[in-house]
Amino acid sequence: MKRVVITGAGTINALGHDVPETLAAMREGRCGIGELDVRDAERLSVSIGAQVKGFSSEGLFNRQQMALYDRFTQFALVAAREAIAQSGLTFAGELAHKTGAILGNSGGGMTTIDENYRSVYEEGKNRVHPFVVPKLMNNAAASHVSMEFNLKGPTFTVSSACASSNHAMAQAFQMVRTGMSPAMITGGSESMLCFGGVKAWEGMRVMSKTGCRPFSANRNGMVQGEGAGVFVFEEMEHAKKRGAEILAEVVGFAMTSDASDIVMPSKQGAARAISGALRDAQLNPGDVQYINAHGTGTAANDKTESAAVADVFGRHADEVMISSTKAMHGHLIGGTGAVELLACIMAVRDGIIAPTINYEEPDPECALDVVPNEAREVNVEVALSNAFAFGGLNAVLALRRI
Amino acid sequence: MSDIKDKVIEIIAEQAVLEPSDVKMDSTLEDLGIDSLGLVESIFAIEEAFDIQVPFNANDPQESDFDISDVSSIVAGVEKLVKEQSS
Repeated sequence: MKRVVITGAGTINALGHDVPETLAAMREGRCGIGELDVRDAERLSVSIGAQVKGFSSEGLFNRQQMALYDRFTQFALVAAREAIAQSGLTFAGELAHKTGAILGNSGGGMTTIDENYRSVYEEGKNRVHPFVVPKLMNNAAASHVSMEFNLKGPTFTVSSACASSNHAMAQAFQMVRTGMSPAMITGGSESMLCFGGVKAWEGMRVMSKTGCRPFSANRNGMVQGEGAGVFVFEEMEHAKKRGAEILAEVVGFAMTSDASDIVMPSKQGAARAISGALRDAQLNPGDVQYINAHGTGTAANDKTESAAVADVFGRHADEVMISSTKAMHGHLIGGTGAVELLACIMAVRDGIIAPTINYEEPDPECALDVVPNEAREVNVEVALSNAFAFGGLNAVLALRRI
Repeated sequence: MSDIKDKVIEIIAEQAVLEPSDVKMDSTLEDLGIDSLGLVESIFAIEEAFDIQVPFNANDPQESDFDISDVSSIVAGVEKLVKEQSS
């Protein structure tokens, strides 16, 4: 078994257009949620979201590329450029043949779907642009990342709703750990903040109209975000040999399925994923200082997740810090685990714990140290990142300081 | 009819990232650096501009009832379609 390290990180999300901006916002506990600026927003009953503001594709992509890139693909490329530049890797020869891009995504090119359904249904047009399919397909982002960076190894998209990115990164981790690939590009992206995307989520009645308040007794739902997080996972010796800066080590993962309900979370499924990740990383509950929670801000998730953590950590549950950064960057659905891994990297590398902002009232059913409202400086050896998706699909990753 | 020619050349030039004056009637799409994706995009733009249906199947361009061998054949094809539509 090889050891796997992270040698590059990139992102764009409501908190920032790159990693330093995002981590600064997480340290300051800044909220990226605001009024949605989308077409027909007045017909939405949920009018808030964590949108990426001030993003212009001008100068980033040429005209032909723009015709082919949905917003979720643009986000993935922006994040991949930052991550790969930081890693210092260039892909040629055998490295190119063995390195691929495995990215999480749930909705595909929702903006493309939305705009083209409008044009054929609402405007009655009978012709759509020839690139509708290559723009909207879920694998477009992974494919364009592979094309831009000459990645010719295993490349595909993982779709498991809110756990997509964690499943994708777990898969990439496996490939590097087993020696199949010396490096993999992984993470995820999502862009569902368009009229149809938000309208569909409204139907679920789990969205908050006022804000995301994870673990707080007065929480009333999730708030959607958008963006991408992309990382370079690299075999440790490969990274050391070339003198690469190492951000953190990926030490374990686990994936489980609740096999019970399509939307309601299960304590057992979540607990098995958390304990499975610890076992895989050969860690004990007492070794973990920080958990980046799934923490959606829904009634069901936060109490179930708290109960699962209490079960797995037992007497250590009071010592572990658990925060949900979704209160700041929103829920990026298929991209969320990737952006949240940044908070875990910040914890193990910089010893800074991102807070759970908007925390207003303790909930006895979420009686953990949720790092309320203010970041904390603590040395962290090991951090976990939880993702528990609709469909009962769970994936947890473990990072260690290097 | 020269309006049609000018518009078709404008569409092709835009796709090829050239000035319309650089697009000659005997230029082939290959000469202009337009690949298969660029071709379907050009056909889409032509359909939008003239509100016509171009009988073109990317699986088998040779068998399509629309000759794309060079700019002049494309212009002639579009002129024919526009004429059929208005008659």
